[in-house]
Amino acid sequence: MSNLKEFTKGIIKENPTLVSLLGMCPTLAITTQAMNGLGMGLATTFVLVCSNVVISLLKNIIPKAVKLPCYIVIIAGFVTLIEFLMKGYLPELYASLGTFLSLITVNCIILGRAEIFACKNKVIPSALDGLGMGFGFTLALCIMGTIREILGTGALFAETSFEIKIPLDVSMAIFILPAGGFFVLGVIIAMVNKLTNKKPPKEIGCKACPNSAVCGANGGSE
Amino acid sequence: MKTYLIIMFSAILTDNFVLSKFMGICPFLGVSKKLSSSLGMGAAVIFVMACATMFTYPVYSLILEPMGLTYLRTIIFILIIALFVQLVEMVLKKFMPPLYKSLGVYLPLITTNCAVLGVTLINIDNKYNFMESLANSTFVGVGFTLVLIIFAGVRSKLETADIPETFKGIPSTLIAASIVSLSFMGFAGFTS
Repeated sequence: MSNLKEFTKGIIKENPTLVSLLGMCPTLAITTQAMNGLGMGLATTFVLVCSNVVISLLKNIIPKAVKLPCYIVIIAGFVTLIEFLMKGYLPELYASLGTFLSLITVNCIILGRAEIFACKNKVIPSALDGLGMGFGFTLALCIMGTIREILGTGALFAETSFEIKIPLDVSMAIFILPAGGFFVLGVIIAMVNKLTNKKPPKEIGCKACPNSAVCGANGGSE
Repeated sequence: MKTYLIIMFSAILTDNFVLSKFMGICPFLGVSKKLSSSLGMGAAVIFVMACATMFTYPVYSLILEPMGLTYLRTIIFILIIALFVQLVEMVLKKFMPPLYKSLGVYLPLITTNCAVLGVTLINIDNKYNFMESLANSTFVGVGFTLVLIIFAGVRSKLETADIPETFKGIPSTLIAASIVSLSFMGFAGFTS
């Protein structure tokens, strides 16, 4: 029962992107198309689950002083694996995600979950936590990608077999440009705040970031 | 010379890392509240980017490429960056305490700043040579600092503005970033 909770909390209640405001860089950068959002989300989920499992298994072995470099190497290993898989099986997606696929390594969701959850919990809850957080991230990316693709190009899943054309000619190219990304994310977060009746977070959600204690952003030592 | 000028203008203005490549958004949103911390973070990023490139480029072209291990670049680069940041922190702490005091708090944050790993990977993808890579990294850092400083100004106005309750905090900051990004689009085509 509690395992189920570990899974579901990441999807809505503690959604890493829309509620905790983590992993903003890929959220903004690759969501010009809904398909890219889906691919990036699933790739991140894979890395998140694997790294959570491995870190949870090794939690008593990794020395405290060097845990950050250890985590990063474990994560980078899985990122390299997914890079290989995607290059082999989905070369088009690989090309459109570009550098951001490698940059999953420094996605603060993954490091944050390792630090907050996986290094303190058993293997199965850690895996479910990773899966839930990953799906939450994927969901947020898909919402962003869908909105931006429809408003920006007037179609959805363009150049795939499920292409949906929107009958109205509403395409505003600004939405697939960087400026539109910031705007859409701002509006979505405001809507989530309104719907959850929550006071909007004053600060960016660096609380989950392993460096939050030293970072001025979190009212740390600054 | 012309290549370097093109690299300079595209890294700072047209292809600004924060506003058009979306790298380093977390520090951009987190640290840009005050001018002094923007400057500190910017200086630390310029320094680490330039130095990280100085190490990653030779490692890639002299070790990984001849041995056919280019697929290991993500792991090796992030390790180099993490080690380097740790090293800089220790050296500054020991020999330059005043500088450590002002830059030190930003250093650990930089390890997980995707702009640093991003710039080292992009240098390789763009097939820059050593000097071009170094120039690109430095100017990307300068562009990052510029945006942080501009945005610190925007945010000081935003603090006192009367905005709807739901949009307070991060949403309004993101929308302001969207407008700043829009203004940077004015530079498009400047370097081509």
